[in-house]
Amino acid sequence: MRNTFADTFFEAAQTDPRLCAVVADISPAGSMLRFREKFPDRFINTGVAEQIMIGIVAGMALRGLKPFAYTIASFALFRPYEFVRDDLCYQNLPVTVVGIGGGVTYSTLGATHHALEDIGLATTLPNMQVIAPSDPAEVREATRWCVAQTNGPVYLRLGKAGEPILTKDAIDPWQFGKLRYLRRGRDLCILSYGPVMKIAIEIADRLAAQGTSVSVVSAHTLKPLDQAGVREALASHRHVVVIEETLPNGGLTGRVKDLALATKATCRLDCFTLKDEFIHCYGSYEQALAAHGLSA
Amino acid sequence: MTAPVLRNSDESALRCKRYRKRILEISQQVSALHCAPAFSCVEIVDAVYNMLMRRDESGATRDTFIMSKGHGYLTQLAILEEMGIVRRRDLDEYCTPGGRLGAHPDYGVPGIEATSGSLGHGFGMSVGMGAADRILGDDRRIFVVVGDGEMQEGSSWEAVTMAPNLGLKNLVVFLDFNNYQGLGRTSESHPFFDPMAEKLASFGWAAADIDGHDTPLIVETVRRSLGQRPTFVVCRTVKGQGVSFMQNDPIWHYRSPNKAEYLQALAEIEAAP
Repeated sequence: MRNTFADTFFEAAQTDPRLCAVVADISPAGSMLRFREKFPDRFINTGVAEQIMIGIVAGMALRGLKPFAYTIASFALFRPYEFVRDDLCYQNLPVTVVGIGGGVTYSTLGATHHALEDIGLATTLPNMQVIAPSDPAEVREATRWCVAQTNGPVYLRLGKAGEPILTKDAIDPWQFGKLRYLRRGRDLCILSYGPVMKIAIEIADRLAAQGTSVSVVSAHTLKPLDQAGVREALASHRHVVVIEETLPNGGLTGRVKDLALATKATCRLDCFTLKDEFIHCYGSYEQALAAHGLSA
Repeated sequence: MTAPVLRNSDESALRCKRYRKRILEISQQVSALHCAPAFSCVEIVDAVYNMLMRRDESGATRDTFIMSKGHGYLTQLAILEEMGIVRRRDLDEYCTPGGRLGAHPDYGVPGIEATSGSLGHGFGMSVGMGAADRILGDDRRIFVVVGDGEMQEGSSWEAVTMAPNLGLKNLVVFLDFNNYQGLGRTSESHPFFDPMAEKLASFGWAAADIDGHDTPLIVETVRRSLGQRPTFVVCRTVKGQGVSFMQNDPIWHYRSPNKAEYLQALAEIEAAP
């Protein structure tokens, strides 16, 4: 995901001189390095200083540039949260804050590096748009959308590197603010986003083999949420399942439950999230997810 | 754009009197406002708007001013009103429902280029603006006023570190060092805060330490390093400058004067040389 983002950003930067990258001491791997080499003036490293990273992108946007702030998710959002809120959201500036390693991606680094609650914190901000692509192909689409949009701030939540392509045979195209059916079935619907889409697909495969007709939906845009799409999913399946790599508070889970209540949905609804706790598990990404209760 | 000619200090003294009087007038419309912290930076903001910003024949400027210590907003508003950028009607509706002006600068209000109020934000955004101007090859001066309490924010120091790294030669930051913050004297709560100019100089700024109520000195100091290095001017000021009973009394950070106090304050400002 990280590399696809950098490649796509680099491509867009060739033709849009307003695109800038402001990073906080994160190793500029892949195309980010190429961006720095080709456009040194448009690349700023603030060092280990995230408040000024956000202040700088805000100032650049106030001058008409289209900057991206880029670092590990917990430092892109948690550390400078009030700067994201006041400088970007309150002023409604078209800046993309890219959070690398959402959820428990950095499984061995401890909870300081886990962005457990980033979806809730980002979606609660007025004016903030929140996207969490499900695979590198969606990262490409989302990044293209981010470089072109002028609505206001975006929090783009990415994983790390090496995620599989999961959306190659999707039924729907990627569209900002719309649920995307990867498969359409009649019985059960799995709503998911981010790298844990891999778990959703494994479960869907297993259920399909057992004869269940399963929909798999990428809910890549968390804000604005496709409410009509969620209502439709609740109405047209007898069982809806949410799988998300974030805390239960503030994520997709709560929104889907709200909409189920509001529409008096009659389907069964099960939600699987990270645990509302800091865990001390230092294994692989899959092991960290499993320790939080998420596995296929 | 032409560099403005240094006007005589009588003229700036008269302007500053008018601004202070206007702020007092506004104080009679509302129960609370930031009178004293506005008074400490009147000469600084006057110097910026009337002498340091470059203007074309119509009076328009592409230079930027940011009141990072948002509680100095009234000074900026008094000046923007006199320049015809903010309307009298807007100030009549200051802090009322339906009005467009609150107690802190809001991006979107005419003449306001960045939101402030929460401290330690405007400084950082000014660094981003300077970086953008460099990328765009745009020759724009950026003037910022920060408070001494505000310099305790960690984010202020992140901005201090970055501006020289980026070679922002057109950035000028004024520290309105009135030595007061919410709970008392800065010099008592933070005895090692001062000297500030030495600290900033060691971070790569052109730094000076001057009387913040001496307009010609402010202008002269800035002109010495503007265009060469980021400039940080420690301005020694008096909180509530111009009105004896407001000076150095923390209550006047928030309070509006009553009628008798208002009349006395007006008389003192009028009588000042």
